[in-house]
Amino acid sequence: MPNKTFFWFFLPTGLAMILFIGLPIISTGIQSFYAQHDQVVKEVKKCDPFGCTVSIVVDNEETSKIREAKPLGKFNGFGTYTDRNHLAVDEIKKFWNETESFGAFVDQVTNLPFYKALIFTLTYCLFVTPNVLLLGFIIALSLNAVARKIRGPLIFGTILPMIVTPLVGSLVLFWMIDSQGIIGANIQNLMNDPYLSLKSSKTLTWITIIIYGIWHHSPFAFVVFYAALQTVPQEPIEAAIIDGASRFQRIKHIVLPHIYPVVTFVALISLMDNFRVFEPIIGFSAEGSAQSLSWLIYDNLVNEEVILFGSAAATSMMTIIGIAILLAPVLIRTWKEFKTAR
Amino acid sequence: MRKILVTLLFLLFGTSAFADCNIKSGSINILANDFPALRTFVETSKQCKGSADFKVTHSSEHNKIAVPALTANPSEFSARIAANSSIVPLMNQDLIRPLDDLVKKYGKGIQDSQLITIDGKVMAVAFMANTQHLYYREDVLKDLGIAIPKTYEEVVAASEKIRASGKMQYPYAAAYKAGWNLAEEFVNMFIGHGGEFFKSGSAEPNINNAKGVATLNMLKKLSELSNPDYLTHDSEAIKVEWESGNVALMTLWASRSGTLLDDEGDPNITKATKLTGPATVGGGNIPAATLWWDGFTLAKNRPDADAEATFRALAHAASNKKMVADAADQAVWLVEGFVPGPKSIGVIEAVKMGAKPYPMLPQMGLMHGALGSEIVEFLQGKESAEQALKDVEAAYISKAKEQGFL
Repeated sequence: MPNKTFFWFFLPTGLAMILFIGLPIISTGIQSFYAQHDQVVKEVKKCDPFGCTVSIVVDNEETSKIREAKPLGKFNGFGTYTDRNHLAVDEIKKFWNETESFGAFVDQVTNLPFYKALIFTLTYCLFVTPNVLLLGFIIALSLNAVARKIRGPLIFGTILPMIVTPLVGSLVLFWMIDSQGIIGANIQNLMNDPYLSLKSSKTLTWITIIIYGIWHHSPFAFVVFYAALQTVPQEPIEAAIIDGASRFQRIKHIVLPHIYPVVTFVALISLMDNFRVFEPIIGFSAEGSAQSLSWLIYDNLVNEEVILFGSAAATSMMTIIGIAILLAPVLIRTWKEFKTAR
Repeated sequence: MRKILVTLLFLLFGTSAFADCNIKSGSINILANDFPALRTFVETSKQCKGSADFKVTHSSEHNKIAVPALTANPSEFSARIAANSSIVPLMNQDLIRPLDDLVKKYGKGIQDSQLITIDGKVMAVAFMANTQHLYYREDVLKDLGIAIPKTYEEVVAASEKIRASGKMQYPYAAAYKAGWNLAEEFVNMFIGHGGEFFKSGSAEPNINNAKGVATLNMLKKLSELSNPDYLTHDSEAIKVEWESGNVALMTLWASRSGTLLDDEGDPNITKATKLTGPATVGGGNIPAATLWWDGFTLAKNRPDADAEATFRALAHAASNKKMVADAADQAVWLVEGFVPGPKSIGVIEAVKMGAKPYPMLPQMGLMHGALGSEIVEFLQGKESAEQALKDVEAAYISKAKEQGFL
């Protein structure tokens, strides 16, 4: 495709992307450098059905004057990024100086909200992504081997987890693992421990969410791999069979290299998706034990009665940077291959 | 002839024609939480809508919608049914209007005690009160010879006795779902211990002390007597636990008693379900509970005509003797003519015992949010009470700095 044609072809998408993705990200970035103005409060008498008290309220007249002068808020620079609820620079320095062993230091750091969320998010990514790739590939291979007649229904059954809305899928599992649900009660019986609860233990909650993640994302990898498998040429495989190559050798030396670009693609998409893990935390009511970066943003925006725009914006920017760092190795590799291919 | 016409009109419009308060214009759009008493309240106000446009949104997510919807100009809603805590963000952002003129003009029948005045201006009109108090299973307590608990220490002892008897494994329940609910339980227990959340006259936190530690220890003792999934249980979930007969002692909202004692579910459990006042804790004499009011506020960013129409419709309900008589078991109404029934015993006891209202402070929402996420690890046994309280204060301070309170 000549560059000019490509340009006109891409223009509508590009414009929409700038308008609906690019500009909001820039605005979020600007927002993250601002904090609310200092609140002007005054003491007043408040009366309600239970009696009167003297306490403070925000002085709206004064506040609106300040707000009109500077609608964005008070410039805070990287203040929000470095505060305790984000990168916690001062706290980490303090922990480093105060703690005696490295273990104690790590304990203290992982107790900070941002790092707690980051660790869960990374753990989730690191466990879910490879397993999704592996499981998706195995399912695709096995389905490719079964008789054509039953392939249709089997494919439909396999992509079911992806069709089910994430929230519904996680809620179903949530009720099953309840201590009176079918899985929860059976595990209690099996372990002979009536106090065992999948939901109250942090480790078990993490494992549940990770298993759910693998279950939910595998169909995507499967569908893409299955499509790619249809394009594998038969001649080299037949030649390999004649040469006496085992099934494993055929997959390793012919199939995998052939579908390798697709594997990279699925890995990229899964990593991005998994880094933004959010729905299962809500579905499993797991806020207590597992928090992800996306959940932190949600928490700042809706769970507080006072909306923390600055905090949410800062976490959003760091999530974008996090995804960029995670994807960098894969992207660099793809870029290099692209260059050599030319 | 005229008489016949009036009779005909009366027949046509039924009783609602009677209640029409002659509103000629304006549009009414109400945002409210979703529980039976509020539905009754809004329905009653609808009877009086006249020719005004009338819309209502009942949502349990009302807190998340309110501030953005009222910030818009003109705002989506003309009225918001708020409570002690949810009026604060509206006040902080200057989103609601003073009601003094409207009360003077159309507020006949509204009692003075219903008016929420801040700095001498009426900002809301309350119509019902709420609190969290104890529910108990009379049959279970009687069988084991346990007296009705008056303090949380007695609740713990009673629950341990029930567990030891083998009747129930997890005899206690309260809404301990991580987040808002859990923080609310902390607030109750901390106030029961006589705690103050902030150093007087400032927004500096004041919870990392002996009272805070005692509060956390009591919450932990109670959580050990609850279903192990307690961190995922909200009010609805523990209501289901109760109706399944798994629980004998429970702390729950008074406004939920209506659905708990209705005809649905096992009649034996319903019959044995009894209400009592909130418990005290740590030898204190005020209950470990907070008093709440629900009332209506009017959006500032809405034309005066809409505000007037909305006020008249809502004031009709907030002074409606028929409504409080018909729906006497749905809530503890603050409206004139309300005769408390057996289901309002919790709130009335709480008021008698001198329970404190939920603190209506501009920075309280931030403290509530910090509590909801930072005390979880203590309950899971992963950190000490002192560390948890230190975390709450640190998380609160960061947020309060960003919001300009510190």
